[in-house]
Amino acid sequence: MSFDVPNFPILKKVLLLGSGALKIGEAGEFDYSGSQALKALREEGLSTVLINPNIATVQTSEGTADKIYFLPVTPFFVKKVIEKERPDGILLSFGGQTALNCGVELYREGVFEKWGVSVLGTTVQAIMDTEDRELFVEKLGEIGVKTIESVAAETPSAARAAAESLGYPVIVRAAYALGGMGSGFCDDAAELNETVEKAFSFSNQLLIEKSLKGWKEVEYEIVRDRYDNCIAVCNMENFDPLGIHTGESIVVAPSQTLTNDEYHMLRELAIRIVRHLGIVGECNVQYAIDPMSEDYRVIEVNARLSRSSALASKATGYPLAFVAAKLGLGMGLHQLKNSVTKSTTAFFEPALDYIVCKIPRWDLGKFEGVSHEIGSSMKSVGEVMAIGRTFEEAIQKGLRMIAQGMHGFAAGANSRLKLGAATLEELETALATPTENRIFVIAEAMTRGCSIDRIHQLTRIDRWFLQRLWDIHTCAERVADCDDLEDLSPDLLREAKQKGFSDYQISKLIYNPDYKPGKTVDDRFNVAEERRGDVRSLRKRLGIVPVVKQIDTLAAEYPAQTNYLYLTYNGSESDWVDSGDSRNSIGKSIIVLGSGAYRIGSSVEFDWCGVNALTVLRKKGWRGVMINYNPETVSTDYDVCDRLYFEELTFERVMDIVELENPRGVIVSTGGQIPNNLALPLQRAGVPILGTSAMNIDKAEDRHKFSSMLDRLGIEQPRWKELRTMDEIHAFVEEVGYPVLVRPSYVLSGAAMHVCSNAAELERYLGEASLVSRSHPVVVSEFIEHAKELEVDAVASKGELVACAISEHIEFAGVHSGDATIQFPPQRLYVETVRQVRRTAQRIASELAITGPFNIQFLAKDNRIKVIECNLRASRSFPFVSKVLKLNLIELATWAMLGEDVQKPSTNEFDLDYVGIKASQFSFSRLQNADPVLGVEMASTGEVGCLGDDFHEAILKAALSVGMRVPEKGKGILISSGTLRSKVDLLDCAKRLYEKGYRLYATEGSYEFLTKNGVSSIRAYQPSEVEEDPNRALLGAMDLIREKKVDLVVNIPKNLTEDELNNGYKVRRCAVDHNVPLFTNARLAGAFIDAFCELGGDALSRLPIKSWDEYRV
Amino acid sequence: MFSDFVFSHFMFSHAGNVPEVSKIHEVSKAHEADEPVKKDSHAPRKASLILENGPVFQGCSFGYEAPAAGEVVFNTSMVGYPESLTDPSYVGQILTVTYPLVGNYGVPPDTRKDGVYDYYESEKIHVTGLIISSYSAGYSHWNAAKSLGEWLKEHQVPGIYGIDTRMLTKFLRERGAMNGKIVFEDPNEIPFDDPSQRNLVAEASCGEIIRYGNGEKHVVLVDCGVKHNIIRCFLARNVRITRVPWDYDFNLLDYDGLFISNGPGDPALCHVAVENLRVAMRGDKPIFGICMGNQLMALAAGAKTYKLKYGHRSHNQPVQVYGTNKCFVTSQNHGYAVDTETLPGEWEPLFVNMNDQTNEGIRHKTKPFFSAQFHPEASSGPTDTEFLFDRFMAAMNMQK
Repeated sequence: MSFDVPNFPILKKVLLLGSGALKIGEAGEFDYSGSQALKALREEGLSTVLINPNIATVQTSEGTADKIYFLPVTPFFVKKVIEKERPDGILLSFGGQTALNCGVELYREGVFEKWGVSVLGTTVQAIMDTEDRELFVEKLGEIGVKTIESVAAETPSAARAAAESLGYPVIVRAAYALGGMGSGFCDDAAELNETVEKAFSFSNQLLIEKSLKGWKEVEYEIVRDRYDNCIAVCNMENFDPLGIHTGESIVVAPSQTLTNDEYHMLRELAIRIVRHLGIVGECNVQYAIDPMSEDYRVIEVNARLSRSSALASKATGYPLAFVAAKLGLGMGLHQLKNSVTKSTTAFFEPALDYIVCKIPRWDLGKFEGVSHEIGSSMKSVGEVMAIGRTFEEAIQKGLRMIAQGMHGFAAGANSRLKLGAATLEELETALATPTENRIFVIAEAMTRGCSIDRIHQLTRIDRWFLQRLWDIHTCAERVADCDDLEDLSPDLLREAKQKGFSDYQISKLIYNPDYKPGKTVDDRFNVAEERRGDVRSLRKRLGIVPVVKQIDTLAAEYPAQTNYLYLTYNGSESDWVDSGDSRNSIGKSIIVLGSGAYRIGSSVEFDWCGVNALTVLRKKGWRGVMINYNPETVSTDYDVCDRLYFEELTFERVMDIVELENPRGVIVSTGGQIPNNLALPLQRAGVPILGTSAMNIDKAEDRHKFSSMLDRLGIEQPRWKELRTMDEIHAFVEEVGYPVLVRPSYVLSGAAMHVCSNAAELERYLGEASLVSRSHPVVVSEFIEHAKELEVDAVASKGELVACAISEHIEFAGVHSGDATIQFPPQRLYVETVRQVRRTAQRIASELAITGPFNIQFLAKDNRIKVIECNLRASRSFPFVSKVLKLNLIELATWAMLGEDVQKPSTNEFDLDYVGIKASQFSFSRLQNADPVLGVEMASTGEVGCLGDDFHEAILKAALSVGMRVPEKGKGILISSGTLRSKVDLLDCAKRLYEKGYRLYATEGSYEFLTKNGVSSIRAYQPSEVEEDPNRALLGAMDLIREKKVDLVVNIPKNLTEDELNNGYKVRRCAVDHNVPLFTNARLAGAFIDAFCELGGDALSRLPIKSWDEYRV
Repeated sequence: MFSDFVFSHFMFSHAGNVPEVSKIHEVSKAHEADEPVKKDSHAPRKASLILENGPVFQGCSFGYEAPAAGEVVFNTSMVGYPESLTDPSYVGQILTVTYPLVGNYGVPPDTRKDGVYDYYESEKIHVTGLIISSYSAGYSHWNAAKSLGEWLKEHQVPGIYGIDTRMLTKFLRERGAMNGKIVFEDPNEIPFDDPSQRNLVAEASCGEIIRYGNGEKHVVLVDCGVKHNIIRCFLARNVRITRVPWDYDFNLLDYDGLFISNGPGDPALCHVAVENLRVAMRGDKPIFGICMGNQLMALAAGAKTYKLKYGHRSHNQPVQVYGTNKCFVTSQNHGYAVDTETLPGEWEPLFVNMNDQTNEGIRHKTKPFFSAQFHPEASSGPTDTEFLFDRFMAAMNMQK
């Protein structure tokens, strides 16, 4: 048997493309894969270059790559970097679809060939074979592998014809689009027309496929080296059958309902496919499999690292990205070691002795008007992974990890879902048309006696999964039969814990009247809350405690020194007994609490914070212990810590781990709000919290306490009040005047914050939703218009300010700080303002005796500042300011929390000779019907941070990095400039655009204003005007967008009248759906337009290409 | 005798809230009626696994309720319990499955064509007992005929769930495979049994000659406990098979190729087969062996075999083609191995286990004799090495 392989090029410098800002469909998983790849490259002594504008990532940290470029991952910029850096090799498969698409384009342009860059790993041709549907079907046909029957269409009429011939229902997909963007199911021609129109704005080619709704969906992660050695590292099965995008599905690993024949038939096919395509590295193969036979179809192949591969890595302990990178360098699987056992080979397939359950996290409640149905296109913003030794245990853990107030499957849903009020018909409809809450609908249906068969008919979820859920349900019923904790038998308590019930869930079932139909019980609201602690002590008294198990890749067949751990009640012995030493090492551990699922408001930035805290701890000789459960993170890479507990961040579970580890302390301030909220309960339970005391954290968190503290210190804040009736609200508004910011109780409504400009609006907002009540007051604050917003990211040690970074929002206050575009150092602040900000920060730091990171948000107007908010934890902007300033604030903060003497660093933001801009990435294109407008609720899913020698350069790079485009010469720009104030703000811009030769289209008010001020424009019609007179259609705003006559849309919401909202909404949505850059904020639009006009003619080519280290402090 | 260590965190777990049922949709019918869900109506019977000179593990019975004894081994594969349980190589063994969820897809029907089972590897369950962590009484699969529990009862094999199988596996890994017994009430219900003292091949082999197929090439299959998928693999290649008992003198038959099957136990106890093989090896007709076949061929060649500490039983065993960069993932089930060092000069290793460097196959340097310690026929497990059957076919075709 001889197996020859070609020679491999000699490499010195390798370029890696990142995936840019986090967006729906492309999130933190690529920070993990990129970081692993870079580690693999450096281990081989190669020089590394990284292009990724996502400044909050771990991969863009000092020491991860030799050169880091915070530039857009687009062919234009990548080419520039190649010309400058002259790498010998490039890796395209670690930066998601963004990097892959960019690579394909560069390959087509001949850039790699011209500059002698070898594409490492899978060839571009193989990538194209998987991305182009027709090529793909043909390629797989060559080896007799079945794909889903589909027809490519390049025109709407061709798409209709294809659908007719295949027969409805069909699914429409846009070729080369990530995460199913632009795709959808169509039951009839009307639905098809609508979907097709949108999809064509993402791609020139659509695929019309016969729908296989209801088939099982299964995927395999395959690795192949250049010696043709192939392994299937993991398979995964979707709980939700085909029809729901795998990113929207609950997924288990390994598959649970496949027989050996099915499992290995699909495995063998996957390997055959991967060999035939010539993949080198990692690849994902997705299947549909008939639930009533062994018939199958290949859905798609991703010739790159993916969300699924990140999940598979975490699910198995097999570092797919690390291995894929090594294989890209020409190594063979047999030459690598299993990085968990360190003794056995990397050429093997992990054997799991647990089950993993992934659950997506959605944030649809944050968006106005968005459709809650889930389907073939991704909407979720993050995910969690739970590990257990039964499905029941894993799924209940996972449902808690989602952290949206759910406590598990049974008795899990919070009252916000109002499922209890739904009729059985409504529930059945909800089962058949899935939304993000379907699992809770299943729970409710079961309590109403809906059979497994019926639920199966409506959902097509395999009966095995439903049976397991049913078992949870019946167990819950038996627990609820107990009237008191004393009635609960030890057997039943143990069984409930083995089925994943939390102490609180058990307490709720026993004491909450909701679960006791027909019984008179003490219906005090919080008995369940009070007794949860008693459940814990009862358990401990009975010896019902979880055991720790290792994830060792070989199901205990070989000894492993693994530090990758989870807790389970389905076991008798902890793996510690033979490998651990926790009992002998009291006080050696420091636990860092992670940030949980990525969601709007908390994502990769906290991962960076956690990883940096761990690094410092380990350098100082502590045992760094991480608790987190987000598979898309670097902090859950068992390499970055001494012990990783892939576990819940609930009080109960953290206490379990604290009792095992006996830590010196717990760090709660680097993981965002989830750990922050645990500070007080943990401290009360006697757990040492490192840094600022929990009491003081609470003083900043509690609105009333914080407010009275500010009053005492004489620090100004916007006036606010907690109010319980409409009369009280009116009286308060009388005092402060409109507009006001209204914040209803989230628990009651799930509704978002809102700015109300007049009485009518206030009444409409609060009245209709009956959002105000005695038990659920609303908070009303004065809203200051046209104020600047400032942020301070700071570190203090024992109340003494150590470092303090001030940054300035480009937008005026009113845009959520997570959505705002931020300039650092501030460019337009009075020296006096800066002084006031610093002083205030110092006073707050002293008053709260802060040790560690903190963040304060200020309003600044007319040289006066007011404090809006203060968090005694790291904030979203910590990585951004740290990297711009080249001063790691988390490192300083961790030193401080460890009680070390921290010297004030000499670096000063006002000495910087360059500017950093942090811009937000929105994912509105995936959120059907959501109004893409910025407001007080955060809507962005990610961010970038770019550097420039001046403001214009930095903002242009940042805007381009989040998907904006400089309009082409001579193209149209559509302007609806909103209020008089914003019209004035934008006037100069409009003039410049006109002078630059752009064609301006303006809607009524803007047209008049521009004309009056001597700027010539073309009158464009609002949708309502077109409705009145269809002759105006040619110049209708929406038609201009649809027909690509405009390259940029500036649409500033003016007021909140029905008509205006409607017109504005339609135009904005149209821009998003047709992938035309849109600005809805006058200040930001102005900054962007100024920037590209200022840089002149060929703005892009004038941008200097400089790596991070070339910007010197 | 019960030891001081009784691991019983599970003993009350999973109590009968799932009725003893077959397909899940039948389960749910019970709930469609207005009757309240029955609780604890079938409280499962407790059962224990006692290891010789080791701890006792307590769980609940879900199979046949009679004591059983054997050698306790573990398997780390995640699918394929119907195939494993009917694999004759498990004769005399109590099988521990490390994957914690078992029974999910039930058990396929016992249909067969021309004497070969469609879904089983032999006509019966061969393990003497089954140890798992969590049992799915409610199963779900289009091809399922019954539940795993029902099937075990039918074949009079006990099964225990609710055991910390990871803990048990670690114990076996550290101490090596050991004898154990499953009991219900009294630890002395049954004595320990050491199957390795017996000639298990003789127990697993067929009693008479069986013929299959009518292809052109004729293969004599020496049955040491053959898995039906080996027969299927040959039939798919249009081979005529004469399946003979392990001690049958196949040198009396005329054949194109000789095949030595898998089988249970210690190869050193199969003298007759080894002697017959020695005779065959004087000739030039192709010989192919799998698992026990590999060991018997090695013994016939003059090499030695030995018992591994706890064997290889899984679907993820990596093997490398000796002296190349080529590797395969294989399915394995064996407790003995060939000592490569003792191979005579005209033989060489063909495959090597990449984890522990043990022998995974041998070949003759000049003659068409080769063998694999793993299972190229898979079932259960990965199918990557099925091409070895093609190599055997090619070798037979080379012969005039």
